Amino acid sequence: MAGTLAEKVWEAHLVRRAEGEPDLLYIDLHLLHEVTSPQAFDGLRLEGRTVRRTDLTLATEDHNVPTTPGPIVDPVSLTQVETLRRNCAEFGVPLYPMGDVEQGIVHVVGPQLGLTQPGMTIVCGDSHTSTHGAFGALAFGIGTSEVEHVLATQTLPLQPFRTMAVNVRGALPDGVTAKDVVLAVIAKIGTGGGQGYVIEYRGEAIESLSMEARMTICNMSIEAGARAGMIAPDEVTFDYLEGRDRAPKGADWDAAVAAWRQLRTDDDAVFDAEVDLDATTLSPFVTWGTNPGQGLPLSASVPDPDRIVDETERADTERALAYMGLEPGTPLKEIPVDTVFVGSCTNGRIEDLRAAAGVLSGRRVADGVRMLVVPGSARVRVQAEAEGLHEVFEAAGAEWRLPGCSMCLAMNPDKLAAGERSASTSNRNFEGRQGPGGRTHLVSPLVAAATAVRGTLSSPADLDKD
Amino acid sequence: MDAFTTHTGIGVPLRRSNVDTDQIIPAVYLKRVSRDGFEDGLFAAWRTDESFVLNNPRYAAGSVLVAGPDFGTGSSREHAVWALMNYGFRVVLSSRFADIFRGNSGKQGLLTAQVAQDDIELIWKYLEQEPGAQVTVDLAARTVTAGDIVAPFGVDDYTRWRLMEGLDDIGLTLRHEDLIEEFESGRAAYLPVTR
Repeated sequence: MAGTLAEKVWEAHLVRRAEGEPDLLYIDLHLLHEVTSPQAFDGLRLEGRTVRRTDLTLATEDHNVPTTPGPIVDPVSLTQVETLRRNCAEFGVPLYPMGDVEQGIVHVVGPQLGLTQPGMTIVCGDSHTSTHGAFGALAFGIGTSEVEHVLATQTLPLQPFRTMAVNVRGALPDGVTAKDVVLAVIAKIGTGGGQGYVIEYRGEAIESLSMEARMTICNMSIEAGARAGMIAPDEVTFDYLEGRDRAPKGADWDAAVAAWRQLRTDDDAVFDAEVDLDATTLSPFVTWGTNPGQGLPLSASVPDPDRIVDETERADTERALAYMGLEPGTPLKEIPVDTVFVGSCTNGRIEDLRAAAGVLSGRRVADGVRMLVVPGSARVRVQAEAEGLHEVFEAAGAEWRLPGCSMCLAMNPDKLAAGERSASTSNRNFEGRQGPGGRTHLVSPLVAAATAVRGTLSSPADLDKD
Repeated sequence: MDAFTTHTGIGVPLRRSNVDTDQIIPAVYLKRVSRDGFEDGLFAAWRTDESFVLNNPRYAAGSVLVAGPDFGTGSSREHAVWALMNYGFRVVLSSRFADIFRGNSGKQGLLTAQVAQDDIELIWKYLEQEPGAQVTVDLAARTVTAGDIVAPFGVDDYTRWRLMEGLDDIGLTLRHEDLIEEFESGRAAYLPVTR
């Protein structure tokens, strides 16, 4: 029977299927971090259970870690990190702690090690696990009870997903990046538009993207409500993986690539839903509101609630504008920011840092603007320094930090103060996400860097006019 | 997990859509390593607003939350479910739930009952006219009753069965350990390991 990519990966991991019950699926890789795992280990301890496959489990410290040198100061953050260390030691789970060269944001670490491979099932107690779908893996976030379930059984009972194709047709114009594409997708289908679906991103614009750009797209699938996002593996995928530490070698590599080439949606397969986007019409995209679906092209203006017919949407818009401190009709390019954040599992990889550095080279961050550049992993930091990118950031007046989740969710000391406004390459502009009362505009690394220079939301094209 | 058959408690009208898990419990409250005590972080930002519904003493002891569409979007944090349950909620009604939140709820015994938005609007009006009024949720009959309003709700059969029996997922899966072993023996040799 014809199948989609998602259905093929699903079927290949079926441990048990019974009428009226969810399918039981095998999990190939389980990633852990300090925030969503302590209660799961506690549950194992209470029941006298062990971790079934420590060799398919990997932990890293990311959400709480400070991005300036020195120990964790906040005692509660420290407790969480120390609890992870104790749990990993007790249950035999490999861990990359702060200071280790393999440490970093969990969704940056897996791919760069070559652990994330096509056709795998990957879970983590973190909704941005969808990132790994860029390799043609079925990867999704789970809750702490499910973390405990996977630790104990290496399986998960799962209700079937529906499948959605997002077709991005045509070529992307210059200066339009993966972040702009995914923000446009979310604005089009809404934060609930993908609910119940696994999205497969397809089309010329997607195929032309690098692996890191594909990760940015799949990363934000959850912001459209989708459980996972996937992209069929191709030569770009295989080239990225070949030679990485945990990628197959020798005869195993050949066998793996032969299997991976089968991981495509059949021509006659039918998706439950299809969405089309014309890449040629896209431009740099930013959010103006308090959910990732509230976005517009950078050239647009703040929307006017009075022009919205739907009562709930109008109320949502009014509330969002009040929180964001924005007036209807203000051109987005006239919105000034205090802070620019480049980093996160969405845009904290080497290509993102190169893009931001390319814009900042020979320029200065505007007076009164603070810019933080936080690499997604220790390896990304090492690579960036080898390329001299840190010197570009520091010469421009930006702060070059240690790796972690940082200001994406402000669990560490990197926060916005109440009323402060950021242009951020992260994934969520929810109220208070970057600090209580903080206001977030989601942007690409290119827009972030140009905004830092001009002090108002801007694209690199605006700099050329200055 | 306690078995769930019917529940009657004060209904709380939360006239908001897209209530994300960062609103249910902000990240700053996620640093604990236990499963209890999260009620102080529930809707933390909104509770500073005097007009917020839970700050009205008539609703403060609520246990049935009646919310707008797309409840529980965003982060996968199960702390959102713990915060709701630690506070005293046993049921959330919405016309649409985010997937991860709904899954997390089912595992902890918080019922996410899917009610048509038209019925949500009626229940909102009733609860606003009668602050402190009780709502009854009958999982066997799949109905919610508020005053004269009787509305059907959706919940998948398997979650309903597990909630009504109070069953633990891991225990259920471990009954099939032989099938897990059989699957493991057939996995491809090239698949990666973490050590």
